[in-house]
Amino acid sequence: MKEKLEALKVDALNEIEKCNDEASINNVKSKYLGKKSVFSDVMSNMASLSNEEKKSVGMVSNEVRTSITEALDERLKAIKEEELNRRLQNDKIDITLPSNKRRSGSLHPLTLVREEIEDLFVSMGYDVVDGPEVETDNYCFEMLNLPKSHPARDAQDSFYITDDMLLRTQTSAVQIRAMLANTEKKPFKLICPGKTYRRDDDDATHSHQFSQVEGLVVGENVSLSDLKGTLEVFAKKMFGESREIRFRASYFPFTEPSYEVDVSCFKCDKKGCNICKGTGWIEILGCGMVHPNVLENCGFDHTKYQGFAFGAGIERIASLKYGVTNMRDYFTNDYRFLKNFDRKEI
Amino acid sequence: MKLSRKFVNDYTNLNNVDLKEYANAMLKLGNEYESMGKLVNVEGLIIGEVESCEMHPESDHLHICKVNIGKEVLNIVCGAPNVRKGIKVIVAPDGCVLPGGTIKKTTILNYESNGMICSLEELGIEHKYLKEEDIKGIHELDEFAPVGEDPLKYLELDDEVIDFELTANRADLLSMLGLAYESSVITGEKVELPETKYEEIKDNVKDTLTLKVNTPNVYTFLVKRVNDIKIEEAPVFMKNRLMACGIRSINNVVDISNYVMLETGQPLHFYDADKLGKVIESRNAKNGEKLVTLDNEERILSEEDIIITNGKEPIGLAGVMGGLDTEIDENTKNVVIECAIFNPANIRKTSKKLLRSEASIRYEKGLDVNRCYFAMERAAYLLEKYADGKVLSGMLEYNTQDRNDKTIEITLDKINSVLGYDLSAKEVENVFNKLGFKVETKKNIFKVTVPTRRTDISIVEDLIEEVSRVYGVDNIKSTLPVFESTPSVHNFKDRAIREIMVGLGLNEVITYSLISVDDIFKFTNDEFGLIKVLDPLNEDRVVLRHSIVSSLLDVYKYNKARNIKDLSIFEISKCFSSINGEYIEEKKLAALMTGIYTEGLKKESYDFYAAKGVVEELLDKLGFKGRYEFVVKDMIEEMHPTKSAYINVSGKIVGMFGCVHPNICKDEVYVMEINLDELLGIKTGRLKYRETSKFPGIAYDLAFVLPKNVLNKDVISSIKQGGGKLLSTVEVFDYYEGDKIDENKKSIAYSLYFESNERTLELNDINPLIDKIIENVVKRHNGVLRDK
Repeated sequence: MKEKLEALKVDALNEIEKCNDEASINNVKSKYLGKKSVFSDVMSNMASLSNEEKKSVGMVSNEVRTSITEALDERLKAIKEEELNRRLQNDKIDITLPSNKRRSGSLHPLTLVREEIEDLFVSMGYDVVDGPEVETDNYCFEMLNLPKSHPARDAQDSFYITDDMLLRTQTSAVQIRAMLANTEKKPFKLICPGKTYRRDDDDATHSHQFSQVEGLVVGENVSLSDLKGTLEVFAKKMFGESREIRFRASYFPFTEPSYEVDVSCFKCDKKGCNICKGTGWIEILGCGMVHPNVLENCGFDHTKYQGFAFGAGIERIASLKYGVTNMRDYFTNDYRFLKNFDRKEI
Repeated sequence: MKLSRKFVNDYTNLNNVDLKEYANAMLKLGNEYESMGKLVNVEGLIIGEVESCEMHPESDHLHICKVNIGKEVLNIVCGAPNVRKGIKVIVAPDGCVLPGGTIKKTTILNYESNGMICSLEELGIEHKYLKEEDIKGIHELDEFAPVGEDPLKYLELDDEVIDFELTANRADLLSMLGLAYESSVITGEKVELPETKYEEIKDNVKDTLTLKVNTPNVYTFLVKRVNDIKIEEAPVFMKNRLMACGIRSINNVVDISNYVMLETGQPLHFYDADKLGKVIESRNAKNGEKLVTLDNEERILSEEDIIITNGKEPIGLAGVMGGLDTEIDENTKNVVIECAIFNPANIRKTSKKLLRSEASIRYEKGLDVNRCYFAMERAAYLLEKYADGKVLSGMLEYNTQDRNDKTIEITLDKINSVLGYDLSAKEVENVFNKLGFKVETKKNIFKVTVPTRRTDISIVEDLIEEVSRVYGVDNIKSTLPVFESTPSVHNFKDRAIREIMVGLGLNEVITYSLISVDDIFKFTNDEFGLIKVLDPLNEDRVVLRHSIVSSLLDVYKYNKARNIKDLSIFEISKCFSSINGEYIEEKKLAALMTGIYTEGLKKESYDFYAAKGVVEELLDKLGFKGRYEFVVKDMIEEMHPTKSAYINVSGKIVGMFGCVHPNICKDEVYVMEINLDELLGIKTGRLKYRETSKFPGIAYDLAFVLPKNVLNKDVISSIKQGGGKLLSTVEVFDYYEGDKIDENKKSIAYSLYFESNERTLELNDINPLIDKIIENVVKRHNGVLRDK
C-alpha cells in the first residue's frame, strides 16, 4: 500500500505540474483526493491492515495528502498570479498619449505685474487705493501744481471730455482724492494702480491707454533717504536682487526735488547693450518729495509734514521683466501672446 | 536744446572735459540728452592744393587731378565742375570714413584715384546750411588755408554738440549762458559774460519812435535803434554756431538776432525801421484780425494773441514770429530792436494754435528780466561790430518786473530733514557757491541770494532741490519710512474673481476703454448718455464703453483671422455712462467663450450649458449658490433670443449670458457680462462649516416623462417641496428626448438623496415622501413616472 501511495503521489505531482488553469487543478484535486479518487480507493483498504501497518501507512498517507494538497495550492496560486500578470500586461497603454484637461487659463501680464507690486507694498503696510478714470482737470492737474498754462502739460496731451473733465493722464489724481479724504490729516502710505490715458498714437512704444502705479507716503519725517530705500526694495523685487538704482535729477511740478530713476541693466549689468541703448541703465520711474503746494492744496501743513511720491508705468515694467518689445501686444490679446503667461512665477 | 561746445566755451572753460563724462555729469544734474557727438563726424580730412587738373580723356565731366596734401601728392579723379588748378580743397584720403561710405583707392576709367575732393554736403552737413555753390560742387577753401592741416579746424567746424532734452522748469538752460552756468557746477570754472560795450551816436531813439504798451500781458518791452547797418554774410564763427544749434544763417543782421537768442535765451526781433514808422505798440489782437508772418503765411488772430503793431496794423505776432511787412531785407539800412517779455500763458496758447518757433519755445517757459536788458545791449554791440551799425542813444523802456535778485532763507535742519542727508553747513554753502548763488550763513541759517536768471527758484523747496541735485543721491543712505504699523487697507475682490475665472480655464485680456460710437449701445438694454472725447485720435476710439462685450468680440475676430478659433477670455474693467450729467463708472466682468475648451483626445466644445457652467461656478464660488436664477425675457438685441438669459441674483438682475445673435456673429460664440459693483453689493454670508450627518442616508432615483415645455427648475422645486427636510440633494442625472418617447415629450431622471442628522433612515421613512414627490410632478407638470 505504501508503494501504491508513493506512486500515486508521483503521478499526482506530475499532473499538477502540467495544470495551466483553475479547472484542471480542480480536476486533479477530485481525481486524486476526491470521494471517488484513487486516494480514497487506496484508503478504503486501510481497514484490512494491522494496527502496526495502519500506523505506518497512515503516516505515509498523511504525508501524500499533504504533499498533494500543498502542490495543488501552490500551483493554483501560481496560476492565479500568472493570470493576473497576463491581465495586467493586457492593460498596457501608451502613457505618452495626451492627457485630458481643461485648457489652462491665465492672467494678463499687466495684471501679474500689478499684483506683484500691490503685494510688495501691502506687505510694507501700504493701502491700495482706487479712483475714477474720468477725472476733473482740477484733481488731475491744478491741485498737483500744474495750472492750465504750465508748459509741463505739453508732455501729457490729454483726452478731454469737456473743458474741465478728462480721462486721467496719471493716477496722481487718486493721491489728491486720498489726501482730501484723509480728514484727520494723519500720516499715510498708499499706492494707486490703474488705467491712464494720453492722446498718443498707438505704436510699438506708445499706447493711448496704459496703466500706472503711483505711491505716496506722507509723514512728519519722511525723507528722500526713505524714498531711496523704498525704491531699492521695489527694484530688487521686480528686477532681481543684484539690481542697483540710480537717481537722476529731473522735474515734475508736483514734486521737489524730482528724480528719474534708472535700474542697472539686467541684461548687461551696466556694460551697455541694446536693451539699455548702450547706457547700462534703464529708466523705470519718476519720483520726488511731494511739493509743498500739493500738500497745502490737500490740507496738510507743509511745515509739519513731508512726503515722497513715485510713479511707474506698469507696461514698461512688464516689458522689461518679460521681454515684451511691442507695446501693442498688451492690447491686441493674441491668444499665443496670452498663453506665455499661463504659469506661476514661484 | 543743442549745446555747442565751442559756443559755451566762450563763456566758461570747457576745454578740459571729456564730452561723454561731461554729458553724463549733466544727466545726473537733471539734463537728459538725446545724442552727442561731433558737429562733423569725419576724421582724417586734409587740406590739399590742386596742382594740376586735366579733363579725363574718356569722360565728359571727370577731371584728373594731382593734389598736394603736404606729405605727398595724390592722384585724384574728380567729377566736380568747379575743380581747377590752384584752388585749395578738402581731401578725404584712402580709408577716410564719410557719411556716404569709406574712401578707397580705386581706378576710374583707367586712371588711378587715391582719394576724394569733398563738398561740404559729403561731410554730412545738411542742405539747409549750405550755399548754392556748396551744393553744386566741391568746397573751395581760401588761399590762406594751410596745406596738410585739418580743414575742419580751419573752417571752425571742429565743434561738438550735445542735444539736450531739458525739463520744463529750466527755461534758463535754453541758452548758452545758462548752459555755461550749469557747466560751471560740474567744472568749477568761472562764467564770464560776453562784451557789450559800444559807442552811441547823439541821435536818440526817443526822437524817432514812440512805444505804447496797451496790454497787461507785456511784462517788459525794450526798444533801441541802430542806423546805417551793412547787410552782408555773417562771420564764420557765427554761422557755424548757429548751424551747431540748428539754425540756418541768413545774413549778418538776422543772424545776430538769432545769435543773441542762443547766447542769452532772450528772443529778439529786428524791424526794418523805415518800414515800421513812428510808433511801436503792443496789445491783444482783435478777433479775426490778420497778419502775414515772416514765413509768408496769413494768420488769423484772436483776442488771446499778443501782437505788435505800428499803431494801426499788426506787424508781428509777439513772442512767436515777426510780420513780413517789416522784415529785414538786403536793402535795410536802419534797424529797430525789440527785446521784450510777454505773459508765457498767452504765448503758449498762441504758439499751440498757430506755430511753434525758437522764440515761442523760450517765451512759453518764462524769461529773466535782467537777461532781457543784457540781450539788448549785446545785440547793439554785435550790430555795431559785425554790421557797422551806429547805435542811437537812449532806449524805449517799459518794465513791470522786479529786477532785484530774490533772497530766500533756509535752515540746515530743513535741508537735512527733507533729504535725509547729514550735510554740514560748509557742504551746503559749497553747493550754493558752485551754483553761483551768494550765501550768508549764520548759525546754520542760510540767506541765499538767487540770481534772477534762475526763474525756476522761488521757495525753500527749490533750494533743497538744488542741494540734492548738486550733492546727488548716490551719497545718501537708504532707509524705509518709519511708521506706526497699521494693517493695510485694500480690496482684492477683483483678484478673487480673476483667480476663479483663470481656474475655469479663461485667459484674461485687457482691451481699450475707448470704442467707436457704432458699438456703444451694443450688448446692453440700458439707457444712458455718452462720454465722448472732444478730440479723438480716430473714429474707433471716441466714446467710453458701457459694455466690454464688443471689445471681446474684436479680440475674437483678431484671433480668428489668425486661425485661432478656440478662445475663452475674460476682462474686468470700468464701464462708463453719463446719467443726468453725472459720470458713472461701474466695474464689469465680461467673458467670451467659443470652440473647444479641453486639451487632449476628449474634445469638449462650448455650448449653452458649458457657458452656463462657467457662470454658475463663478457665482457659486463667490458665495451666491442657491441665490440666483436665469431669466429669459426681452433679451438684448445682439443676443440669441432663446439661448441666452439674464442673471438674477437675490432678485436683482446683475448681468446676462448666452449665445451671441447669429446676425452679429455667425460662429457659435457665448458671452457673459456681469456688473460687479451690483453683484458684490449683494451680501454673502460668511464661510461656515455645516456638520455632516453621521447616519447613512438613502439614494433614490426617479425618472419622469414630461411635456417639453416644462422647465427642469420647476420640476426640481416640486420635488424639493415633496421631499421636505429629509431630502438633502436633487440632481439631474439623465436627459432624453427622441424616438423612444412622444415627440413633444422629454424625459428627465433625478437622483435624490435623503438623510437625517438624528438617525439612520429606513425605506419606510421615505416611501411617503417619494409618493408625495411623484404626486407633485404628475399633478403639477403633467408628468408620468418612468420605470420606478
